[in-house]
Amino acid sequence: MGPFITHTKYPKKKNSEDKTSATRACVQRILRERFCHQRLPDRPVGLESQYKHLLELLRRTAVHGESNSVLIVGPRGAGKTMLLRCALRELLELQEVKQNVLQVHLSGLLQTDDRIALKEITRQLHLENVVGDKVFGSFAENLVFLLEALKRGDKSSSRPVFFILEEFDLFAHHKNQTLLYNLLDVSQSAQAPVAVVGLTCRLDVLELLEKRVKSRFSHRQIHLLSCMSFCQYLDAFRSELALPDDFPDSKFSQEWNLNVSELCEEKSVQEILQKHFNSCKDFRSLHLLLLLALTRVSVSNPTLRAVDILEASRMSSADSKANILHGLSVLELCLIIAMKHLNDIYEGEPFNFQMVHNEFKKFIQRKSHSIHNFEKPVVIKAFEHLLQLELIRPVDGGVCKVQREYQLMRLMLDHTQVMEALQRYPQCPTDVKQWAISAFG
Amino acid sequence: MELRTTNICMKNFKSRLPDVTFYSRESEAACGPRGSVVGFSGSVSEKMLSGLHYPGCPEARLRSLREKLPCREVQAGTLLAIMGEPEQYCYPSIFIYGHRATGKSHVILTLLKELELPHAAVSCVECVSAGLLFEQTLLALFGADSAALLPRLPSLSDFVRVYRQVCAQQPAKQTRYIVLERAELLRDMEANLLPGLLRLQELVDDNVAVILLSEIVWDKFRPNTGCFEPLLLHFPDYTKAELLQILSLDSNPSYTPELYSSYINILLGVFYSVCRDLRELRHLAALNFSKFCEPLEKGEAKEGNTHKLWRNIEPHLKRAMQTVYLREVSSVQWGQQQMDEKEATALRGLSALAHVELPYYSKFLLIAAYLASYNPARTDRRFFVKHHGKMKKTSFLKKHEKTSNHLLGPKPFPLDRLLAIFYSVVDSRVAPTASVFSQISSLVTLQLLTQVGHDDQLDTPKYKCAVSLDFILAISRTVSFDIVRYLYDFI
Repeated sequence: MGPFITHTKYPKKKNSEDKTSATRACVQRILRERFCHQRLPDRPVGLESQYKHLLELLRRTAVHGESNSVLIVGPRGAGKTMLLRCALRELLELQEVKQNVLQVHLSGLLQTDDRIALKEITRQLHLENVVGDKVFGSFAENLVFLLEALKRGDKSSSRPVFFILEEFDLFAHHKNQTLLYNLLDVSQSAQAPVAVVGLTCRLDVLELLEKRVKSRFSHRQIHLLSCMSFCQYLDAFRSELALPDDFPDSKFSQEWNLNVSELCEEKSVQEILQKHFNSCKDFRSLHLLLLLALTRVSVSNPTLRAVDILEASRMSSADSKANILHGLSVLELCLIIAMKHLNDIYEGEPFNFQMVHNEFKKFIQRKSHSIHNFEKPVVIKAFEHLLQLELIRPVDGGVCKVQREYQLMRLMLDHTQVMEALQRYPQCPTDVKQWAISAFG
Repeated sequence: MELRTTNICMKNFKSRLPDVTFYSRESEAACGPRGSVVGFSGSVSEKMLSGLHYPGCPEARLRSLREKLPCREVQAGTLLAIMGEPEQYCYPSIFIYGHRATGKSHVILTLLKELELPHAAVSCVECVSAGLLFEQTLLALFGADSAALLPRLPSLSDFVRVYRQVCAQQPAKQTRYIVLERAELLRDMEANLLPGLLRLQELVDDNVAVILLSEIVWDKFRPNTGCFEPLLLHFPDYTKAELLQILSLDSNPSYTPELYSSYINILLGVFYSVCRDLRELRHLAALNFSKFCEPLEKGEAKEGNTHKLWRNIEPHLKRAMQTVYLREVSSVQWGQQQMDEKEATALRGLSALAHVELPYYSKFLLIAAYLASYNPARTDRRFFVKHHGKMKKTSFLKKHEKTSNHLLGPKPFPLDRLLAIFYSVVDSRVAPTASVFSQISSLVTLQLLTQVGHDDQLDTPKYKCAVSLDFILAISRTVSFDIVRYLYDFI
């Protein structure tokens, strides 16, 4: 980082340059932490009722010793983890909660097995020494032992435990759903106050649970189906880009926030945001867009402009397959056009290399003057390159009993993609273009 | 101070400006695809400044970076901007895609090495199991002690646990990068590996970024229930001018760069419409340059006489396309062939099975197998029975080109049919001895015939002919048999 800011009565040019670079670095740091590291906002936006519900539930477990279970359901990027963490943060401000409550965070991605999950629970409850080398007959025994060990000194009651299960639907794929069964069983019986909070992106998660597990679940679900309007989305855009009040250089932060507000009023920016809002409303994709716009802020370009937002939008919504098609050689492009013609004539039935080569040869003989008549092995190599790029795929997963020239394949592109790619192809020979446009090869 | 250094940076950049089209919104239709690369609008100087800019990095280092990354300044600049300063957070996962040899690994690894950022570069081809991937990552980021903490057959859970443990002792002052090449192989490993790696920053709660490099687009990676979407970055293919520029960097010091450029131009003229892979072109350029310079060394032509040089090298390059390019012939063999100067000798390629010598009856068995595979059974009578009487021409009319058997592939046939055709095709009388049957088995071993159906089916084994038309034509020529007359698709 640059040297520190020194305040003198007549600041030299050098100091002011360093000051602006330090300020800029500070802006980047704050905003990047918000966009990349998902720093928690002060209050969850647009989710007030869900937040209250969750907070109330967790408080009842932590303070009053009531056992609960709840599922937070919402699409990816809706803010499930953010909501939970905000609730935990607020709850832990209470002294008694902070001292008593234990948290166990499990993830379906990491704990792929019940055995691993149990070890992780033991580890997070810091009970490895207590368990030692004991061998347990069943999962249930082990879990009950762990919870017994958490009893407070006077043996009258256990400490409340929060079990937080991310990617809850993946736990439902474990054998017999043992972990879920036992956790929910504990939450139903009066053994120890536990709160089982599951976070999942699947709306049909209850269908995945076995009957005995489902019956022990309290059927409490908190849905995070975003019903943000476009105005709220614009406000979110503005607040996500705004610098906080405790920014060291208040003059700079005021200018920056003013610039952001002006940006929100611009027609072009609103159009871009409308397009994004129509395709994906969640905060995660907004953060991605804002990060891409932020990367264009540099020494030469110290403030955000509308063109930055435009370029960021273009970058995030580029068509990958079109980009790959742009880099193919002319021979490979001709093969793709031949496949497109075969698809048009035979209505999407799978083809093999011989048929494609036949179409290609017809084109070479009748219509082409710029494409050289390549040898068959060279054409096979081009075909195999397309196979490697997964632009074509074998129909039956590549059974090798069939000779490679006769293996049936499908084209993984549709008509419009091929035609668009052709428009943008650099220095495309005209006879190839004509061939593509013509109706029947 | 900073303004002055950026001015110097601008001057240096201008002097080294290659003759390459910059992407801009106005000329987009001419040169660039929509949205593939961040298009810089505005003045030229702004483009250059936003090219490679890294705060706190000395100008000399930036200049050496630019020299090491020809024609990739824009992409390197974008990457640097996304990576940000080392103390700041980077986006948890970045997915870089583009064709082979477009410089993806080269750019990212050069940047990380030159700027001395902590990173782990792992190629997924080497990681047969996920455990190898975890071990290599921990080894590169934290050293051998942390890699030893992993248990045998580690899972992602163990990796995250060990990472957290080690990270608690060595918290990240700078962003750590994990670069995974050939990332498409991650899809075939355990199902939780790819989604877990994409969210690694959240799972380990550390300043780490995972960069995935692949040739396949992201749409084919996405798991069923979704995952954390990475930042997609495209490395476009090199244009013809850029390829020329990069290939010219390999020039031989004993000849002028203009001569080498003209050689590369000729090479691109032959190969550009077939292959745009930089690595392949470099290999071909290296192999054939000595042949190109032959007339100069012999004194037959001068450097300026490009036409004569072209006439000398062009047939040679065309032959290279059929042999070395297809890897039918090794580079050593190719080099020897150039020394020999006997241009008449055809190079024997790997798949040129014409040098397989078959016994007389085997050849006829193969021909009979080909006829059995590619002729429908109902036409056998017409072709192979001496007095078949009148057969209506209409029943042979092909309705649809698609049903041509040569397009659909060989059909299986039973052994009896093969023998029937064989006896009618062979001109002499052959007794059905064991030697004939053993020749059929040896044809199967040579993979000229494939056995279809179960091994246990001793009663009527079925076969398919696995040779191409060119091969069978060559074979039938050696026994003076006109096979085309007997093929249904060619009447």
